[in-house]
This record gives sequence, structure tokens and C-alpha cells, in this order.
Amino acid sequence: MKPAPFKYLAPRSRPEALDALRRYGPDAKVLAGGQSLVPLLAMRLARPSVIIDLNRAPDLAFIRSTTIGLTIGAMTRQGAVEADAVVAARAPLLADSLRWAGHPEIRTRGTIGGSLAHADPSAELPAVAAVLGARFVLASTRGERLLDAARFFLGYLSTALQPDELLTQVRWPAQPPDAGWAFLEVARRHGDFALVGVAALVGLDGDGRCAAARLAFTGVGSGPVRVPEAEASMIGKRITDATAAEASRIVAGALDPDSDVHASASYRKHVAGVLAARALTQAARRARSAS
Amino acid sequence: MRSRRKDPHTASRRVSPTRTRTVVAPDPVTEVRVSLRVNGTPITRPVEVRRTLVDFLREDAGLTGTHIGCEHGVCGACTILLDGQPVRSCLLFAVQVDGAEITTVEALGTPDALSPLQEAFADHHALQCGFCTPGFLMTAHALLRDHANPSDEAIRDALGGHLCRCTGYQPIFDAVRAAASRGTE
Repeated sequence: MKPAPFKYLAPRSRPEALDALRRYGPDAKVLAGGQSLVPLLAMRLARPSVIIDLNRAPDLAFIRSTTIGLTIGAMTRQGAVEADAVVAARAPLLADSLRWAGHPEIRTRGTIGGSLAHADPSAELPAVAAVLGARFVLASTRGERLLDAARFFLGYLSTALQPDELLTQVRWPAQPPDAGWAFLEVARRHGDFALVGVAALVGLDGDGRCAAARLAFTGVGSGPVRVPEAEASMIGKRITDATAAEASRIVAGALDPDSDVHASASYRKHVAGVLAARALTQAARRARSAS
Repeated sequence: MRSRRKDPHTASRRVSPTRTRTVVAPDPVTEVRVSLRVNGTPITRPVEVRRTLVDFLREDAGLTGTHIGCEHGVCGACTILLDGQPVRSCLLFAVQVDGAEITTVEALGTPDALSPLQEAFADHHALQCGFCTPGFLMTAHALLRDHANPSDEAIRDALGGHLCRCTGYQPIFDAVRAAASRGTE
């Protein structure tokens, strides 16, 4: 349970971090909050020859309010985002979802960028990024590129990041002020990995009918999973117990999760359906009280 | 590595060129001299970069009050305060806390003069074997420092990151609840 030997460097800025990745990228792992990487090192599931520690680069940790939303530096602690008043006002779904991301002692170290770049299939943030339309800034000494969640997450613990690239910031569009939202999760114990989680965003028209709905699940695939058929089924309808139950059936039928030691595939499908209905109902209630 | 042009995932627009070639990252090392303060006492030691903070505290600083449980961030037994914030010391390397202030369970009280929180643990039978206790104490200490009268939910949320195999948790919750109440009286 001790990490294998490695070499260590701690860049003092974003440019130094990119230079480090240019030089050592293929042999290196980037250390952010360490709440996922250090266990992998301890169990020797990861044995990089170089660790690039970003914790000495202050220009990678910030929360900025922009015209369209929020730009959050990759090294911003989850606990800092959770407690930020501007995040709570402009992207309440993001702030609320972090309460589910591990325990408070984890969120004091865990970072936004670390969780997203690790791409654990049961993590909360990837689903929230998919629902809110977040855009990921991937930087290297070659330049920068912007990807959305569908292009960033490629599979189990796998992202579009190239060996010399760093996720430096994530741009979150502000939620429409009249939209409703919900984040719900079922885990063995609050703070543990999700068996199934769901992020939802719902917009209603002037008549109280669903004008837009987005749902993204965690824990039921290799990354965040949207279910477009369930989203489309709500459009033009009032979100009631009956219509939410219809979305629930579509979700349970569309998902194809794996079984593992924590839960069977059929249980996960069932829970995803139940959570979909609850999330749509809660989001619609919030949308009604916002308008 | 594939060239940028052929990679289907680079189809998005290029935002801006970066001018970083002149910046040079530090060279990687395998050993570093670290200086930090533990419970107010300065300590300087050479450490191998893979040395975890909890091993540093126990082996190099001789402070064995912080316990090593699962050693991969699940059990919470190794929780300490890093610049006042509760963190898992098994998930940090000693090299990362160079210049930091560390607080361990040794700072709370002594066997002859327990802290009010430690007294509450004793009063409520919040420990049997005591292995998990230092971690619970540090998390609860930070909670009560920051919140004079936390809600039951806040106490449970904070303690939720710790495992105890003896007590069943309720006495631990009761102890923290009682210590919080004493603090406000």
C-alpha cells in the first residue's frame, strides 16, 4: 500500500505545467487533489514514472463570472465551488451536486478538473457537465481546444486529453434563471460512489408545459449518459406523476448498465427510472416557483 | 501520438495560441527537503517524494496519534488539519505540505487534560478500540471550530467520511452533539 517510486515536480504556474507535460507527458500523471490518483498509486494500479503536482500553480484555481456563465479553473477545490455564492446563484445544479461528491474531507482537497479528467463512470460532475453544456479547455504548448462533454468523455476513465494536454478550465453556461433543476443520487452511504445518479434541467413555457428537458445519468455506463428519447417525451407536456412515469419507463428501457459487486444491472435500470421521474418532478416544481 | 489534424476529437475550434515555450518547468526529483510546522513546532527533514504525509507524521515526526487505516482515502482514520482544513493524510505526500501548518490529534489535549471534545467522547462511550478516534476527533474539532451550533444533519455529514467498526456511530454523534452544546452554553 505504498506507491511505487516516482519522480516529482511541482510547476509554479500554468505555463510551467504545460512545459512539464510537453517534456514528460507520456510517462507522467497529473496530480490535482489526489483523492482518486493517490489511492491508485497506493494500490499500484497506476505506476507513472513522473508525477506533475499542480498544487503549486495558483493560476489554475479560480472562479470567474462571465457574461455567459462561470469559468472555473481546473484546480479549484470542490469545497470552494460548493460554497461559492456566485456559483450557487448562476449554476445551482453544479453547487448542489457537489454535496454528493465524496465527503467534506474529500472536497477540501478534491478539484473540479481532477474529477472531470479522471472520468469515473459513477462521478457526479460529468453528468452535471453534460446537462449544463459545460465546455472543457484542453491546453498544451501546441495551443488550446474547446470540447463539450460528449467529445471530452470517451469511455471508462477515458477522456480526449492527449498525453501533453492539461484540462485547465471548465466553462459553465449559467442556468436560465427560470429553469428548474435537480440532482439526485442513490448510494450505499451518502458520500460513497453513486450506484445511480441523475442531473436534470427543465424549462417550462408560459403555459406551464415542458419546453426543454435534459437528463444525464451517472453510474449506468462508461461515462455520463443522456437519454434523448426520455427528454423528448416530455416536450409540450405538463410534468405530472403520469408523464414523469412515462419518462421513467423510457429511461429504464433505454439504459444498458453493467452489473457489479455493488448492484445488478436490473436494479440500476430500475433506480435510474425512479430517479428520472423524481428529478423531473423536482425540477418542474423549481421551474414553476421561479417563474 | 496521432497528429492533431487526424484526431477526430480536435474538430472543435482552436481558441488561441499559447506562448509558453520560453517557460521551463522545474526538473523532477526523487527527494526533497521539506519544512513545515506540526502543532506549532517547526520540522525540517529530507523526504523521499513518495512518502505520504501520514507516514511522515508517524515515522519522521514521531507523532503516532494519527492512525493509518485503509491507506487509500476511505476510512478517515488518518484525518488531520492542513492549514486548518480536515484532509486525509494518506492521500497527501509530505513534499506537498512544505511550508504548511499541520494539526494532529496530539494538539487537542493530553491524557491529563482532555479537550472538551475528547471528554465528550469519553462520557458518551464514543470509542472502544480507539483506532478510528483520532480521525473522528480532528473532523469534529474543525466542525465545532467553524460552527458553534451545527445542525444534526451537518454533524452526520461531517462524520460520514469516517469508518468505525466498534461503536455503531450513534455514540460518536452523541459526543459531538454534546460537545457542541457545551460550547454554546
